[in-house]
Formats: sequence, structure tokens, C-alpha cells
Amino acid sequence: MSDFVLDRKEVIPRLIQNADEYLIVTGLAGTARDVASLCGAEGANYYTMAGAMGGAVAMGLGLALAQPDKRVLVVTGDGELLMNVGALATVAVMNPPNLGIICVDNGHYGETGNQVSHTGHTTDLGVMASGAGIKQVRTVADESQIDDAAAMVKGGNATFFVHLKVNDGPPPVINRSLDANYTKTVFRKALLGTA
Amino acid sequence: MPFEIPAPPPGEPTWPYELYKLLKDAGITQFSYVPDAGHKVLINLSLADPDVHSVPLTSEEEGVAMAAGAHLGGQKHVLLMQSSGAGNCINMLSLPRLGKFPFLTILSMRGDFGEGNPWQMPMGKSVQPVLEACDVVCLRVDTPEEVIPTVEAGLTMAFQSQESVAVLLSQKLLGAKKFG
Repeated sequence: MSDFVLDRKEVIPRLIQNADEYLIVTGLAGTARDVASLCGAEGANYYTMAGAMGGAVAMGLGLALAQPDKRVLVVTGDGELLMNVGALATVAVMNPPNLGIICVDNGHYGETGNQVSHTGHTTDLGVMASGAGIKQVRTVADESQIDDAAAMVKGGNATFFVHLKVNDGPPPVINRSLDANYTKTVFRKALLGTA
Repeated sequence: MPFEIPAPPPGEPTWPYELYKLLKDAGITQFSYVPDAGHKVLINLSLADPDVHSVPLTSEEEGVAMAAGAHLGGQKHVLLMQSSGAGNCINMLSLPRLGKFPFLTILSMRGDFGEGNPWQMPMGKSVQPVLEACDVVCLRVDTPEEVIPTVEAGLTMAFQSQESVAVLLSQKLLGAKKFG
């Protein structure tokens, strides 16, 4: 676990510099709070989950295919991604140039008692993303790797995967709506002008 | 030039071609699937059609989440799967249910009328009660004449009434696969 050192609250804003340039789908728990904190609780350009574990990457793919002129980010945790890790293969096959995935990997199931996850033992999600066929993959485990990955996020013109390794410190505290229908409507109104 | 749906080969059922046209005319632009013989024509047409996204999945639940993402972005999605895939979708169905996302899936049944592979029977018998327990409207199709009106009804219930809808294409329609 020695290379899980970065602080998510500090690194994520440095990776996603202008959050309002993207449409963002998050997993549940920590990454939902990371992005809600970044975009503001009332932001209309992101959709967070508090369940449906394993769905974030596929949801982002559906959105990216529907909105080819917008940049789409999926920000999700190691546990959420592992639950449906085959979605990386589906993304690689479709290879949408406007989709990027940032996996915030703290090596733990943070929401359920901080049990060590597979990535805290042996599993490397960056290697799995490469193995799935995603061409642009960066691992960010220390300070020296942040700027290069941030440039890839900003410039992104191909499907990419950032494997961001962080310590198991808590995500930001922020109140967000857990009403999946309300947040859908807010998102669609802002993007499409219709509920 | 818009994609032209080819004529069905002589002697083959025409309903899969009519069904593809119905889905296209309804504005479906994303087709996702875990392959099944019962969906072969739809899958092949979606692959040949440059106007739609044809998305092979590793697990059916990806299609449930994709459909919600498509709706967020203003597109319509249909998930094609074999009945055995229904079991893989259960928790993910909470997303369209809670968020009132339109969700349409078309299932080719195994494990029902005339099934000869005992491994298909448990899920085949469980599909409808399990989906209904998850608040999914199930519409069953037994004859070629019922396909188009039933999927039309499903499209309306999904995309206008924001329901989750499964159309079950039974083995009476598809024929039981010879097994063993």
C-alpha cells in the first residue's frame, strides 16, 4: 500500500482543471463527493450515483456516444469499477474520442468500513485498462506524474484512462441530492433544454 | 444516403427486418447486446448501419446503465439480450426505476417452450417473475404477427411513460434451439 499517498482533495482539482468544460458521470460514495465538491452542489453538468454500483463507466459511454461534441468524463472508484470491469473492454471497442475515465483508486472500500480492496492487494486497474485495449493510460501515484496526466485530460482527443492512486483519507464533505430523477432532470434541462 | 435495410432472404422470417425498421423509425440510435442467436438479424443490421451505434457488451447490466447515459445525452437506446442475461441486470435496474429513465430491452427467450437444454430452464422460468419484481413491465410475444404491435407498445411505455419495459420473444416465436 506504500504508493497510495496522494490526497484526493488536492489532486482531483489539479487533474480536472475546468470541470465545467465536461459532462461528468460519477460512481457512488467518494467520487460522487469529489465531483460534487468540484462542480458545486447545484452544478448541472454532472450526474452522481449513490447505488447502481458498477454502472458509471457504461453510463458515461452511453452519454459520450449521444453527445459526440461534448467531452465526457467518468470519475469512479476502484471498487465501483471492479464490479463491472468488463465495461472497460466495451469502452475500448467503441473507442469514443470524447470519453475519459478517471479511476480514483484508494485501495479500499471506503464507504463500508474501509476494507482493503483488490487493488490494495494485487490488482492493477491501469494494467487492466491497457489490457482491455484502451490506448491512452496514465498512472498517477506521485507528484511528478500529475501534470502530464492533467495535460492528457485537458487535451484529450482519444479515449483515455487515468489510474489515480490516492490515500484512504476521506473525500470532501458536501450535501448533494440523492434524488436520481431530479438530478436527471436538472442535467437534461441544462444540456438539452428539455426535461 | 440513409442506410437501406436489406430485404429478408427468401424463406426467412420477415419480422426481424420489420422490427429493425420500427426501432430506427422510433429514433433508436444505440443498440447494445450480448449476442444471442435470436437477435442475430438485429445485431447484424445494427453493425452494418452507419447511422447507429452498435455496442457489444461483456455483461447485460452495462446496457442498462448505458441506456440511462444515452437518455442523459438525448438519445434512445435498446438493449438486446438472451433471457439468461436478465439475472445480470437486477441491481442496475434500480437506476432506471429510481431515476425514471426510459428503458427498453428485448429478450430472446431460452428455457421456455420446448427447451432441450436443462441449464437454460432455471433462468428461463425465473425471467418474468424476477423482472416484474423489479418493476419492469413484461410484454410476451408468441407469434410473428404480435412482434411489431408489442414492441410499438413497449416503445411508447418506455419513452413516453418513462417505464422500464422488457419484450420477451418466446421460443414459440423463435423456435427452440436443437440441443444434444
